[in-house]
Amino acid sequence: MAKSGKDFRRERCIQILLALAASLSVLVTAGIIVSLFEETAGFFKEVSFKEFFTGTRWSPLFSPPHYGIAPLVAGTMLVTIIAMAVSVPLGLASAIYLSEYAPDGLRRLVKPVLEILAGIPTIVYGYFALTFVTPAIRAVIPHTNVFNALSAGIVMGIMLIPMISSLSEDAMMAVPQSLREAAYALGATRLEVAYKVVIPAAISGIVASFILAFSRAVGETMIVALAAGSTPKLTLNPLESIQTMTGYIVQVMLGDAPFGSIEYKSVYAVASVLFFITLSLNLVGNRIVRRYKEVY
Amino acid sequence: MSPQEESFFPNLEGRKRLDLIFKWIFFSANLVGLLVLLVLAVKIVLDSWGWLDVQFITSFPSRFPEKAGILPAIYGTVYLMIITALFAIPTGIAAAIFLEEYAKKSKFLSLIQINIYNLAGIPSIVYGILGLTVFVRWLNLGRSLLAGGLTMGLLVLPVVIVTAQEAIRAVPESLRHAAYALGATKWQTVRYVVLPSALPGMLTGIILALSRAIGETAPLIPIGALTFIRTIPKSPLDSFTVLPIQIYNWTSRPQDDFRAIAAAGIVVLLAVLICMNSAAIFLRNKYQGRTKEL
Repeated sequence: MAKSGKDFRRERCIQILLALAASLSVLVTAGIIVSLFEETAGFFKEVSFKEFFTGTRWSPLFSPPHYGIAPLVAGTMLVTIIAMAVSVPLGLASAIYLSEYAPDGLRRLVKPVLEILAGIPTIVYGYFALTFVTPAIRAVIPHTNVFNALSAGIVMGIMLIPMISSLSEDAMMAVPQSLREAAYALGATRLEVAYKVVIPAAISGIVASFILAFSRAVGETMIVALAAGSTPKLTLNPLESIQTMTGYIVQVMLGDAPFGSIEYKSVYAVASVLFFITLSLNLVGNRIVRRYKEVY
Repeated sequence: MSPQEESFFPNLEGRKRLDLIFKWIFFSANLVGLLVLLVLAVKIVLDSWGWLDVQFITSFPSRFPEKAGILPAIYGTVYLMIITALFAIPTGIAAAIFLEEYAKKSKFLSLIQINIYNLAGIPSIVYGILGLTVFVRWLNLGRSLLAGGLTMGLLVLPVVIVTAQEAIRAVPESLRHAAYALGATKWQTVRYVVLPSALPGMLTGIILALSRAIGETAPLIPIGALTFIRTIPKSPLDSFTVLPIQIYNWTSRPQDDFRAIAAAGIVVLLAVLICMNSAAIFLRNKYQGRTKEL
């Protein structure tokens, strides 16, 4: 039976509907950029670029207010670096064990634990940081502030272990078995195979997992909103209360900054910075992961 | 002996010992995760002990922790998930079908694909600001369930698309060829052959996406989910609260009793998540390899 014009039109309509759904994702990106840009532009009418990017004080509620983003960026970086210091060694070690050492049965036992860890809502991690890790730190170092970067960073690091572990493991699993066998044939131990053959061969995928985890840490919100404090401060001391970019956004959004006020607009300026940092990290990370996948 | 042979010290014993030591180091890295999970579980159960009862489930929030409950939060969470699912599932699957079955390989297509991967990595608080700007203000939906649900829908959309794409990709090409050979059109092939066969995989992804949405707090803060509401939302345009927001509010108060009911809320939230994830694993195991038998 020949296809009628009606059938053809139907097919065409469906294809157009599907294409619209797919292009929605592009629209979302455009929406994010446009909605951030509008208010950010308004913010920069009142605050100079120079003050925003080179100022070292963030105090929107004081008069005169200061809008130098450095303390918020520094707070974010402090927490992120602590988180990376926890998650990189543990995540990488976990990936090496899973890909090079673990017998099949044990793998099937360990993987679900990591999956559960990855599925726990961040609000629960925030609760854990504030009510368990912070008191534990204060028991050891009594002058620690109730809100501090260390507690938030440690818990965030634990949250990131599954991400680094599973992405790195994927990269290591993609290393051809023949490379390992060649090394074993030369008398290498498993440890030597791991760090002389597998890790160098999988290094780009491993680095990508670090980059993506870093980006995730920069954008993480609930843990820092609960545990890291709300005092924007240029400090390297992890025991002090700080504020991250995400923490500031939450603080203003929970308050009642009127729409159109400079405080309200400052949220968009901070969110724009956050967006561009995470977007560039993700672009690099995803690019490496995908290029890497195609090689083997 | 040549110099090279002289400098060759196999030192087998030492290297094997080192290998063994590192094997245990690598192994214990995995124990850290397990340990944290156990401590977390014990801590939350102990904190919430005695607070989680029928009264807690069926009451409204209150200034007095012993009278406070999560009824509006439960309704809010359920309604929010319905809106999120109604929006994200059809859109996500349609996008995945287009990308896998219709779109020709091109620069533009790979741009869309890269865009989707990157959308998945944008901080959820930024989605909240997008929702505030577009849904609450531009479309004038107010701080409503609908605005929250659509925001959450956009947030999980990349997850739904990517998992649906993987499920479609796993459908053997031979099935499509068989349908075409019988004279089916493209859409008929997709509708009656590809979709049924990819459905279990898609379902797993959908459940995982929704369980991510249930636990998300940050995107709803800019939307303005309230924490102190005395009514259950009746329409999609009503204000609302959800479990994670309620937990956040109680946790951020200094009193121990509020922390205790926050812990009780966490127990409820985790119980829901465990049910959803078990369902996903059950589906995955039940349908695994079904296509191969065809």
